[in-house]
Amino acid sequence: MPSLKDLKNRINSVKSTRKITKAMQMVAAAKLRRAQEAAEAGRPYAERLTAVLANLAAGANPATAPRLLTGTGSDQTHLLIVATAERGLCGGFNSTIVRLARIRIRELLAAGKTVKILTVGRKGRDQLRRDYAELFVGHVDLSGMKRVDYATALNIATDVLGRFSEGEFDVATLFFNKFESVISQVPTAQQLIPASFEAPETAEENNVSALYEYEPDEEAILAELLPRGVATQIFTALLENAASEQGARMSAMDNATRNAGDLIDRLTLEYNRSRQAAITKELIEIISGAEAL
Amino acid sequence: MAKLAYDLVSPERKLASGEADAIQIPGAEGDLTAMPEHAPFLTPLRPGVVTVRDGGSETSYVVTGGFAEISPAGAAVLAEEAVKKEEVSAEWFSARMAEAEKAHEIATGDAKTLAALRLNDMKFLASSLGF
Repeated sequence: MPSLKDLKNRINSVKSTRKITKAMQMVAAAKLRRAQEAAEAGRPYAERLTAVLANLAAGANPATAPRLLTGTGSDQTHLLIVATAERGLCGGFNSTIVRLARIRIRELLAAGKTVKILTVGRKGRDQLRRDYAELFVGHVDLSGMKRVDYATALNIATDVLGRFSEGEFDVATLFFNKFESVISQVPTAQQLIPASFEAPETAEENNVSALYEYEPDEEAILAELLPRGVATQIFTALLENAASEQGARMSAMDNATRNAGDLIDRLTLEYNRSRQAAITKELIEIISGAEAL
Repeated sequence: MAKLAYDLVSPERKLASGEADAIQIPGAEGDLTAMPEHAPFLTPLRPGVVTVRDGGSETSYVVTGGFAEISPAGAAVLAEEAVKKEEVSAEWFSARMAEAEKAHEIATGDAKTLAALRLNDMKFLASSLGF
């Protein structure tokens, strides 16, 4: 049976934990809003670029199209780009991405493929390095970055494209969490190379763009735009990831705050019971002492 | 006279959008001016100045690359980086200039020619901006 003093100490410690989780939740909520705004702001560019690329890719001649689009013709070596957060305390955010990547790595290894891993963000590196340290080819550090900017995505894309043209891998897949809502983030694997672009949904837009004039010719534009398309896909994924991270942290901290509240209630009840028991005991002692006289 | 709807967007945000009489765009193979009812057209950009003309007013943006998509109804300039001409600082520009010079140094083969072209465009842009 813990003493009254111990109980009091525990209650105080849980109370300060609750204060911290509450503060983290509010910070995450503010950051989430900013991350969502950033994702929203990047959408027009990404959508236009994807629409144009989808059109160009659909019309491209498979024999002469850039290798970035058609692939190398083999799928022996896979590059997995695993994008996670720099920090923890955000529920299952990092683990779900890593779990998805792990499943893919096991499948590929079982099929006799060569796997290479490039991690973005510290948490993914820490978790994957335990089992697959020998598969690592690189790591991109995001620490010290307040927000995701296009330059970072461009750097990653340049690195990946450089490796591709060196023939280091055949297929590149990007792992990240797609933001659905505050309580739901979906771990997603997106194929980057060979590049695939989904055509815009409206058929009307398709008809208009089929008539484009190109300067210089279509193939030259395609070759110039493809690397940008890859960079934009990475950028979009990083933005989604940033929003997901804050969303996951917000709901994790909300849970933690509520749990701390429950714990405080339970401890307070126990504290009051012990206090009453102590008082009752003292009374009994006094009364029985008086009776003995 | 009919107006042309335009969008100027960068990967990180939408810079400007609205309606204008004409937009001058630094295309990869020469400057072009998009006006309403322009034929559908797609071109990469070279480093240069995008000028939006509406009535008597003129707004200029410095772009370092990207591409432009023009249709009869409107024009979309998808710039890798774009800054209002008045807001371009010497530091910002010299950083971009240094990047272009470095890219030119390390490039080989076909890429060398492209990098040289880009560097040339940057130098021309520098002189027209007065840096």
